[in-house]
Order: sequence, then structure tokens, then C-alpha cells
Amino acid sequence: MSEAYIRIEQLTKRFGEFVAVRQVSLEIAKGEVFCLLGGSGCGKTTLLRMLAGFEEPSEGRVTIDGVDVTHVPPYERPVNMMFQSYALFPHMTVEQNVAFGLRQDGLRRAAISSQVRDMLALVQLEGYEKRKPHQLSGGQRQRVALARALVKRPKLLLLDEPLGALDKKLREHTQFELIKLQEQLGVTFVIVTHDQEEAMTLATRIGVMRAGEILQVGTPADIYEFPNSRFVADFIGSVNMMAGRLTVDEADHARIDCPELGVSVYIDHGVSGPPDSSVSVAIRPEKIQMSAAKPAQPDNVVNGVISGVAYLGGATRYLVRLPTGLQLKVTAPNTHRHEENFQQDESVWLYWDGSAPVVVTR
Amino acid sequence: MNERRAGLVLGAMAVGFSFLYLPIFAMIIYSFNASRLVTVWDSANSPTLAWYRELFHNGALLDAARLSFKIATANATGAVILGTLAAFALERYRRFRGRAMFNLLTTAPMVLPEVITGLSLLLLFVALEQTMGWPRGRGAVTITIAHITFSMAYVIVIVKARLATVDRSIEEAAMDLGARPWKVFAVITLPLIASAIASGWVLAFILSWDDLVITSFVSGPSSTTLPQLVFSKVRLGVSPDINALATLLVLVVTACVVSAGIYMLQAERKRLHDAQMAFEESA
Repeated sequence: MSEAYIRIEQLTKRFGEFVAVRQVSLEIAKGEVFCLLGGSGCGKTTLLRMLAGFEEPSEGRVTIDGVDVTHVPPYERPVNMMFQSYALFPHMTVEQNVAFGLRQDGLRRAAISSQVRDMLALVQLEGYEKRKPHQLSGGQRQRVALARALVKRPKLLLLDEPLGALDKKLREHTQFELIKLQEQLGVTFVIVTHDQEEAMTLATRIGVMRAGEILQVGTPADIYEFPNSRFVADFIGSVNMMAGRLTVDEADHARIDCPELGVSVYIDHGVSGPPDSSVSVAIRPEKIQMSAAKPAQPDNVVNGVISGVAYLGGATRYLVRLPTGLQLKVTAPNTHRHEENFQQDESVWLYWDGSAPVVVTR
Repeated sequence: MNERRAGLVLGAMAVGFSFLYLPIFAMIIYSFNASRLVTVWDSANSPTLAWYRELFHNGALLDAARLSFKIATANATGAVILGTLAAFALERYRRFRGRAMFNLLTTAPMVLPEVITGLSLLLLFVALEQTMGWPRGRGAVTITIAHITFSMAYVIVIVKARLATVDRSIEEAAMDLGARPWKVFAVITLPLIASAIASGWVLAFILSWDDLVITSFVSGPSSTTLPQLVFSKVRLGVSPDINALATLLVLVVTACVVSAGIYMLQAERKRLHDAQMAFEESA
């Protein structure tokens, strides 16, 4: 990562007794797309509003491009925001909406109209200049909101659930448009979302939040493959989570005793945890393989009975009940059409690689 | 069965409407009555416009109407300015000391008996005149102040309700784009609540226009409003020119209500049409 463009230091926000954001520190590089991901009430929106200047931080500092903006009011920050509801001005036309920010800066009329024209062309809204917001479809409104927030060329653009109000088909299309636009303009994005799929596709880095704190920061692949806590593993994607005890912990392998699973889990690297400590093992459903015959590998093999089958189109999701009573989720890609799939109540063998399980201590 | 039900609905409607509007209708008809006795229909000389003619030659009555109009206009304007500011404070700043108290006290005049409001204002004005020398006597100024105190409450309720429906993030977006708080209020908030402010103005105007009780407490010998004049005339027996006057007032009010209704209906139709167009285009 290059040097920090946006630096958040020990930022805290209290509402009376309630701590909405607790001691958050983050560094975001220029041109990054940073996603704050978390459930409702995790403080992600409060953090975003502090970056916009709508909430005064109780403690901490925010600097953008070397300038301390902690106590700068929203109308003087080099930051713009795209609101979840879009917050278009209903009594103004598309053109007036987009021009609003430039007019506040006292630009000359000719300069304003040429910039507005360019921006509307960029978001493909030519021909809609004279429309009012209520004369637009949801997707068009979203683009007006984006154009209005980008036209001032902010150093930082904040997006609050940018795709939340769009239907699924439009959302996928818009995700790629958004990233294309971001790369074209080079503006730094901070996006707030509760939708992990949205975060995975949009972000260069993700910060997972819970209860006002950032639990883990990393690239989407980092967060998915190497979650640092039970919460993160569980929150991002689907996971089989089992409690266990660390019995062997060498430099090149480790073993975790898992009574729920009936066998111990072999891991092909050391976990350097305290010996005999209780840990959690997380295995992603797509990393578990399934066969009718007993596989040759000595470790990480269990057998069970299929208790549920859900055909998802691209893949099939199985629920497999083990003799211990534990149910494991297994996802198998449907690589062949009319393939002989496993059936309900069939007895199967499950096995996985030594690199598949992730051990988390929190 | 359905036909019977339809008949029943029509009948109920007829009874309801005649209960509400038959008296007014009767009054309008009697305003064209030639007889000097209000209850006797003079079929020989009616209908006549004699009372309307008389109305426009009645100097005292025209003066009273003019005064009432001036007071109602000043009151509506004052009530709208103060009421909008109060509503904005109550709706947009939800955490200030004494907010609950402020909320209660600003809307209390709506339920306070008018006699009490009037009497207490009279005492205030007298005390003020004795200690500060202002207001000198009682008249249009004191009536206007008194009217503002109670009609402001209605404006607050109307504007506050409208403000609550305006998405807060629209104002935040304006601020985010570089507009200072006062500018946001002027170019974003105000246009969005303009219709509520307009209806608040009309309501305050009407409240002042027909107020009698509070006015009687705080008016002076030289200031007689229209309701006061009508009331004093009626006490000496109803004269037919009152019918004519009332008919004119009803006419004006009806015109206002009907045109406002048509305007709103058209705006709603246009909005629905536009939404439909946008939907069809995107589909």
C-alpha cells in the first residue's frame, strides 16, 4: 500500500452512554475502493457520517490528503456523499441537481454547464437534463445521484449502500459501471454496505465492522480465505464452524480434536496458538469434496448421510448428517449437465485438504 | 341488493350534505329577499339585489371589512414566519434543552379557551402600556398580536407535519455539496414546504378573519372588525343585508376552496402521469 491518503485515527463516537464507533483507526490509499461491511447497527453509517462531517467525532482525528478535517463542517470538506435514498432535490431538474454543487462554489455559468454536460454524458444521461427526479426510473436516479456527487471532483466519495435500492439484475450491471467510473476518475471511494457480495465485487479492501469496531481489514480474498475471527468467517459467505481443542501444533502441521466432527482435523501448517487451547475450525462448503467410495487420504475424512439437497443452478448445496449428529454444508459445482448427482438419504464420504480449514481463536 | 345499497348510500349522503349545507343555502336565497323581515319571503318583489346595493354603500361595514382584511393579512404573515421558524426548530433539532416544554407551550393556545387567552392578553397589554407606554391604547396592532399568538400554533402543526415528511438527507445532500445552513433552508427546505406554508397562511388568515372572542378583549373603540360589526348588528335583530354579506363571504371561500382543489387534483394527475411515463420507459 502506498502512503495513506485518508487517515482515520482513534475515531470514537458516543451518543450519550452508547458508543456507536469505538477507537477506529484506518489508512486508505489514494484511488482505493474501501468497503465498510457489517450488519445494521454496527456503526458503519456513523463512521461514514463522521467522514462526511454530519457527525462530530467524540474523540480522534480525520485527515484527508494531509489536512486535518476533524472539525470542518460538511460544506467545506473536499468530500461528497451519495446517499442511500439518493436524496435528489425533487423540485429541481436533473441538470439543476448536478449543477447545485458547482453553483455553491460560485463558478461561471459557462463552466458549470460544460462540466454538467460532461458528467451527464459520463453516466449516460444525455437527453434527461430537463427531467425532474420523479420522472426517472430507479436506475436513472441512482446515476443522477452519482453524477451530482462526482461533479465536484471530491478527494473522497462516500457511498451509503449505493446499490441497495436497485433490483438484482440492475445491481450487477451497475456494480461494473461504478468500478469503471471510479477507475476513470481516480476518485477514492469509501462504501458502506451490509451486502457481502457487493463488498466483494466492488472493494479493493474490506473492513468488517461489528459493535462499533473494525474486526478485520484486508482484500476480499484475505477476508474470505483467512478470516481472523468466528464472526468474520461466519459473516462473509457460508461456513461450517466447529469448536475444537488444539492438540498438536508443530511448525509444519497441526491437529485439532473436534468432538462434534468425530475425527480430528489435520492442518498442513502450524497455527502457533497456546497448546491445548480451545479454538474454532471453519471450513467453507465448497472446499469439502464428496464421493461415494472411501477416499485414499488418511486424514480429514468423515462419512455421513445426505439429509438435504438444494439445486442452485450453478452449484448444488448438500446437507450431510454425520454419525455425531452434526450437519455439514457442502457445495458441489454442477460442471456437467445431467450428471449423476447424489440423492437424498445416500451415504457419502466427505474429505478436504489440509489447507482448507481455518483456525480462529476469537 | 347492490342497487338497494347504492340507494342507501345516496340517501345517507343527501341527509348528511343537507344537514351541513341547507342552512347556508337558505341564507343565500334569503339574501335576495325584498322583505325587511328576515323570516318573511316577499314574493311580489323578490328576487332583488337591493341588500347587496345597500351593502356597498354602508361605510361602517366597508371600513370593518377593510380592517379585518388588513389584520388577517398581517396576522397570517406574522404567524407563518414565526410558526415556520418554531416548526423548523422543533422538527430539525431534536435534542435541545426544553424542547418538550417548547413543543407543548407553542401548541397550547389551540386548546386554551379563547376567553382566557383574550383576557390574559388584555391584562398584558394594559400592564405594558402602563409600564412602557406601548402599545398605546388598543386597536389593530393589539388585535394582530393577539391573533398571531393563537394562529401561530396551527401553522406550527401544519408545517411540522410537512417537515417530517421531507427526507432529512435531502438537506444534508445540499450541505454536503457546499451550501451553508441558511442557504440550505432558503433554496431546499423552503421550496419543499412551500405548500404547507401556503395552507398555513390561508388557515391563519381565516382564523383571524372570523375571530370574535379574543378580538373583543383586545380591540379599542376605534377598531371594529367585521365579525364584531356583524355580531353587534345581529344583537339588534338580524337585518337582511347580513345575509347578503354572508353570501358574498361564502362565495369567496367557495371559490378559494374549489380552485385549490382543482389545482391539487391536476398536480397529482401530472405526478402520476410522469411516474407512469418513467416506469414505461425503463421497462
